[in-house]
Amino acid sequence: MIAELGLVALWLAAALAGLQFLGGWLGARSDNAELAALVRPAAVLQAGLCAFSFACLVYLFVVTDLSVALVANNSHSMKPMIFKIAGAWSNHEGSMLLWVSVMAVAGGLIALVERRLPESTMLATLAAQAFVGLGFYAFMLISSNPFARLLQPPADGNGLNPLLQDVAAAYHPTTLYVGYVGLSVAFSFAVGALLTRQVTPEFARVMRPWVLGAWIFLTVGITAGSYWAYYELGWGGWWFWDPVENASLMPWLAATALLHSASVLAARDALRAWTIMLGVVAFSMSMIGTFLVRSGILTSVHAFAVDPERGSFILILLALYIGGALVVFAMRASTVSEGERFSPMSREGALVVNNVALSAILAIVLLGTLYPLLTEAFGVRVSVGPPYFNPVSAIFFLPMLLVMAVGPLLNWRKDQFARVRLPVIVISVAGIGVLLGAWLLSDMGLLPLLGLALSIAVGVGSFLPMRGRSLRRLPLPVWGMCIAHFGIAVGVFGMAADSAFQQERLVAVAVGGETSVGPWRARLNAVEPIAGPNWTAMQADMEVSHDGGAWRTANPQQRNFWQPPQETSEVALITRWNGQLYVAVGTETEDGRWQLRLWWKPFVTWIWYGGLLIALGGALALVGRVSVDLRRRSAARQIAARKAEVTA
Amino acid sequence: MNRLRWFLWGAVAVASALFALFAYQLSQPKQEFVQSAMVGKPMPAFSLPPASSSRPGLSAADLADGTPRLLNVWGSWCVPCAAEAPQLDALERSGANIVAIAIRDRPENVDRFLEVYGNPFTRIGRDDISEVQLSLGSSGVPETFVIDGTGRITYQHIGDIRPEQVPKILEELRKAGA
Repeated sequence: MIAELGLVALWLAAALAGLQFLGGWLGARSDNAELAALVRPAAVLQAGLCAFSFACLVYLFVVTDLSVALVANNSHSMKPMIFKIAGAWSNHEGSMLLWVSVMAVAGGLIALVERRLPESTMLATLAAQAFVGLGFYAFMLISSNPFARLLQPPADGNGLNPLLQDVAAAYHPTTLYVGYVGLSVAFSFAVGALLTRQVTPEFARVMRPWVLGAWIFLTVGITAGSYWAYYELGWGGWWFWDPVENASLMPWLAATALLHSASVLAARDALRAWTIMLGVVAFSMSMIGTFLVRSGILTSVHAFAVDPERGSFILILLALYIGGALVVFAMRASTVSEGERFSPMSREGALVVNNVALSAILAIVLLGTLYPLLTEAFGVRVSVGPPYFNPVSAIFFLPMLLVMAVGPLLNWRKDQFARVRLPVIVISVAGIGVLLGAWLLSDMGLLPLLGLALSIAVGVGSFLPMRGRSLRRLPLPVWGMCIAHFGIAVGVFGMAADSAFQQERLVAVAVGGETSVGPWRARLNAVEPIAGPNWTAMQADMEVSHDGGAWRTANPQQRNFWQPPQETSEVALITRWNGQLYVAVGTETEDGRWQLRLWWKPFVTWIWYGGLLIALGGALALVGRVSVDLRRRSAARQIAARKAEVTA
Repeated sequence: MNRLRWFLWGAVAVASALFALFAYQLSQPKQEFVQSAMVGKPMPAFSLPPASSSRPGLSAADLADGTPRLLNVWGSWCVPCAAEAPQLDALERSGANIVAIAIRDRPENVDRFLEVYGNPFTRIGRDDISEVQLSLGSSGVPETFVIDGTGRITYQHIGDIRPEQVPKILEELRKAGA
């Protein structure tokens, strides 16, 4: 019953999306007020129905209704509750339903609250959002119905990839997904503004909070995903340049560039065409990422169910939306005029450098990700890894950091170097001091060395825009910018410190034996079997001590899931403010010793603290922008009320 | 403004090329197995101690004595290896000379396995750290290589040998001897 309700709601939502598209399209072209009046209610209702349908699916997973094929294939009655819920969207059909739900809810929210743009632009935007949504509705309802029933329900379900039975796996794909799909809003706004020839600063101001919201989710999702890979895969690395990771990084790079170019458009009415382009590119990267992951044309450690038919479907949508948007843009190019001019030595100038660097890194990552696909078409198998990605992206990343330290201090339009001489000297002294110190005192590699120095320079520089201003009256978006930039500095510091100073030890230790890594000593007291709800494990009972301090317990495990059978490594992490001890236990050797792998990773946690600070900065900026908008609205209402009084 | 238009049509062209590449790759059959790059090349030099008390060890020189052979890469701990044991017996009865490399194994386990599932091997080398396995370009067990009389790898079979695949393996072995 619940499954059928969910399916009905989904069909109704799809029909409303059709109405929203037609009404918006025709309403924006002609002045058909009756059609136009349907669009916003249709969008809101579509959002409600879609959210209801998604709730139905989650319910089916919660009660483990095995007569539903999706539940039978992806869940199990013995799975802990939180993973049952997460199981609802950790599969192809469920994730597609989440996709349309996020799109519909975003469209519904826009329809509900956004009134600043000309109505025709809003109609075109909502039509574009519905048009994109329709493709995914069709995909789901034709070939991937999440509510399909089984004639013969099995005795129990087929489980879930045990690697995904982890709290981070429950929220990291979800946040990433909300970010991916949230960028559809940027796409729709860009298309709407293009179709109605309204690429204005107001358009940038309206689009910015939505992009910011999606970007915050992407930032949190990538950070969480990186941490998940770090402790769950048991290799001690935090970024592997795996195609699926790149698929999440590319939309983030585009969205970051878009946020900065939208700032220029909002404040100075420049970079019009470029902002539109980034709006299209950002969502294109989300879709290309989804395509690469789902179609299985690239080999990745992320085990997704792969199906060429799904790949073809997404490819058709990709060509339709991205190709369509680019063609519309090319045909409308003459109507997007150039906008205001500015001098290179200005805030805009620095932001253009940021945009060029981010776009270049995006191109580098895209090329590296697709290169194996390209060469394979000519019969050559290659794999592209860190030796390409790290140094090549650093060529643009490191100079970008330099500009990031100084750029926020510059005035809009035109500035003199003399005005910022003192802060530039402070930043340079900090950076060069660390560079020389680290170079003399350690034998770091070139990239970590530059990263370390620049992170200090950026860290110092990120708070300089606050200099000489009242902190209480400083606008929230400025706070947000400072904190986000500081977060970049913190993250880069963590990356540089981890790659330069980490120490590793791989040993076989007998029970009762001791080993050490860096400043840590570790004792192996026992190795015992233990059992969990759906796994058994060999657990090492260990004690570790930092620099002769108190002994703390560490319990790494080698875990065996039985449904489906799979072995995973559960590492033990001992966190200090200045780094993490990472302990993994392996198999028993012939003479009864146990393989242990220990890493001391100085400041590695700062990578993820940095990511969270970046997201926090974004959140502060978002709150600031939205509250300013709300205040402006209430002021406008008061003025209107007073006017009404006067005329009455 | 003309430049922007050129740039945008350029972007359309790049996107189209990308979609064409995606479509082409989607239409290609997906290769599930990674074939060894060593096929067609001579065996790397190696010398392994015996893995079982019943058979001598294995070195590269043993494979270059003029007789074409099958080289089975396996482990007593590997379930598909047990499943393919009858097929290896069938190959041996058909006249194939089969040598083996036991991966990350213990002599007592190897002996027990051979007792239960039969011993079609003339030599069994012991590779405790997968060193020789990796140099062969083998990424798992079981895998079976055809080696011609000069010590050159002519064919690689990935996974367990199914009964219907036995004739194909014999054919490859015959070709290697010709």
